[in-house]
Amino acid sequence: MAESNQPVVRLTNVKKTYKLGSSQVQAVRGISLAVPPRCFTMIVGPSGSGKTTLLNLIGCIDRPSSGTVEIAGQDIARLGDNALSDLRARRIGFIFQSFSLIPVLSAYENVEYPLLSTDISAKDRRRAVLDMLDAVGLKDQRSQRPNELSGGQKQRVAIARALVKQPEFVLADEPTANLDSGTGASIIELMRKMQVEKNTSFIFSTHDPQLISHADKTFAIRDGLLVDQSAGGKQ
Amino acid sequence: MIFKIAFRNVFRNARRSTATILTIAVGTAATLIFLAYTLYNVLGLQTSTVDRGGHLTIFRNGFYDFGAGNPAVWGIDDYQTVLKLVRTDPVLAPMIAVVTPVQQVGGIASNADSDVSKTFFGQGFIPSERDAMKRWNEYGTGGVSVGDTGLKDDDPSQGVIGSGLALILGLCKPLHFDYCPKLPKGAPKELDQSPSAANLPSQDFSALSGRDVAAPQSATGLPSLDILAATAGGAPNVVRLKILRVEYQGVKALDDSYIGMHLALAQQLVYGRGEHKVTGIVVQLHRTEDWQFAKQRMLELFAKNNLNLEIKNYAELNPFYVQALQFLYSIFLFIAVIFGVVVLFTVSNAMSMSVVERTDEIGTLRALGLRRAKIRRQFITEGFLLGVIGTTLGVIAALAIAALINRSGLTWTPPGQTYSVPLKLYLFGATQSIVVIWIILVVVSTLASLLPANRAAKMQIVDALRHV
Ligand SMILES: Nc1ncnc2c1ncn2[C@@H]1O[C@H](COP(=O)(O)OP(=O)(O)OP(=O)(O)O)[C@@H](O)[C@H]1O
Ligand SMILES: [Mg+2]
Repeated sequence: MAESNQPVVRLTNVKKTYKLGSSQVQAVRGISLAVPPRCFTMIVGPSGSGKTTLLNLIGCIDRPSSGTVEIAGQDIARLGDNALSDLRARRIGFIFQSFSLIPVLSAYENVEYPLLSTDISAKDRRRAVLDMLDAVGLKDQRSQRPNELSGGQKQRVAIARALVKQPEFVLADEPTANLDSGTGASIIELMRKMQVEKNTSFIFSTHDPQLISHADKTFAIRDGLLVDQSAGGKQ
Repeated sequence: MIFKIAFRNVFRNARRSTATILTIAVGTAATLIFLAYTLYNVLGLQTSTVDRGGHLTIFRNGFYDFGAGNPAVWGIDDYQTVLKLVRTDPVLAPMIAVVTPVQQVGGIASNADSDVSKTFFGQGFIPSERDAMKRWNEYGTGGVSVGDTGLKDDDPSQGVIGSGLALILGLCKPLHFDYCPKLPKGAPKELDQSPSAANLPSQDFSALSGRDVAAPQSATGLPSLDILAATAGGAPNVVRLKILRVEYQGVKALDDSYIGMHLALAQQLVYGRGEHKVTGIVVQLHRTEDWQFAKQRMLELFAKNNLNLEIKNYAELNPFYVQALQFLYSIFLFIAVIFGVVVLFTVSNAMSMSVVERTDEIGTLRALGLRRAKIRRQFITEGFLLGVIGTTLGVIAALAIAALINRSGLTWTPPGQTYSVPLKLYLFGATQSIVVIWIILVVVSTLASLLPANRAAKMQIVDALRHV
């Protein structure tokens, strides 16, 4: 499965309309695209262009108003809420701009959390979590709570949490926006390392040029429409 | 994990959780203290009822419904046999504290010295057995100074009188009873000098009484009353009764008409020279909970011996007791419901705030693949935990308060009782009730988090994530 060249996600004429009181906001107005496997894919565009909306649709935490979203060849429109939750739990990792760690859990427990609903044994789970923490360089901080970690460290925990369940792809909405450029660079480096090591795919929404320069594939959108797609990080 | 997260979240917002837990604890403690107080009153009421009238009374079948108008003809025949039957039964023996015959009698009592008279309600009993009954104190609620009647088994000439009746019949002064009110100004002076009253023939009972009248005994300094009643045969009969003491009866209606006397005297009054019967046989058990069994056993004995008798329990004989119980329990229920509602709103409010604060966390968890049901369970678990901690603290606090009050030695006089009793909170024996209240309030806390938990579970993930 990991070696196939099938796109990890395919969108076909996807539209998303939000109701705002009596008026309607068309955040995505008909986008078709295919996300290639084992890549850094970037969704770029100005603020308000619909990047986050698109990413949410890809991540199955929102449903399109029309059009189809296929994950590994499966149309998600058919899935109920629980099936969609299970799909996210198994296949999709999330990294958020504001880290979004569970504040009452330690770094270790945050990374462990996604594995708790799987049937992996306690021993294997522990090994996987420690390996993951080691990979992101936080083995020594594993018992610290999020409020005892720096922004960069938090994002490392978030990366570990996203990857510990070996997802098919990871979604990251502006993962470097809350970090200074130095920390951002090391986070990008870490994500690239993980992408290669775990042989997985990352899909970003960003307008951080530093991040965009690492793109393998770029989709540029404007006003909810796809205006350009290219290999590499040129806008 | 769900518990770990719930537990940590409870302690994460320490101030709000503390306020919530304290509210639950205070609600629980207050409910329990009031329950203990209610139980204390209920048991105290039961004690004063059983002290006076025992648990069960045996009557001639039909007396309870029809006999009050003419107790004389409803006497139990050959009551000594019945007494013996009950007293010697090996099954009943270990349960029974007192078995004693009583005779009801009604008529007119008059004070020959002051020409006043009043209808009375009289009870004849065996003094030592009546005194023994008054010592019944299964729950420790009993009086600290329960007075004996002071009557003697071997002297049927003496009796006691309700304080109201003593006042009406002008016996306060001769009995040195200091609690009687003074005559108001403008009251008819010296009642005994009223000429019309002096000439009333009804004041001279001895004319009617024939040979059945008790021979007037030489005065021992005690005031005496002439009491008139109709015998079983319908003839008027009169006896003279020396009044030893005033005995306050708690309830005014009774206090204004009560005369207690030796059984033999009551029998003489009612049956004259005929067969001496009794209207009832009072059975007092060691423990109240045995009454159904004891009643059943006695009915079996009576059936076997062809005795046409009925048995009434203390609740049936004291409608006021049942009403008072219902009153006490309904107040308790009312207060418990109020505290339940307070707990409900407190927990609901705390959980709602928690859900709003953790919107981003909810969005994140859902994005990570947590199902709605798990989110709901997470918040319900937190409500449950708040409830468990709060109610448990409340139980501990209530037990501590109860222990303190019980040791403080406070006393008071409950309504309808005649003596002051120690104030006690009955919490330590009420394990079952404590558990029930604990469970109910934990359930209430859990239910209170249902709505906020549902709100959390129903959130749209993208909205929750954008909330930051
Ligand atoms: N839940 C919503 N309800 C109403 N309108 C929404 C909602 N979510 C997004 N929008 C609107 O949809 C459009 C696209 O929003 P989106 O968040 O996808 O933009 P974006 O490209 O991610 O912007 P940014 O770079 O600022 O994050 C915007 O006009 C936004 O106001
Ligand atoms: Mg955005």
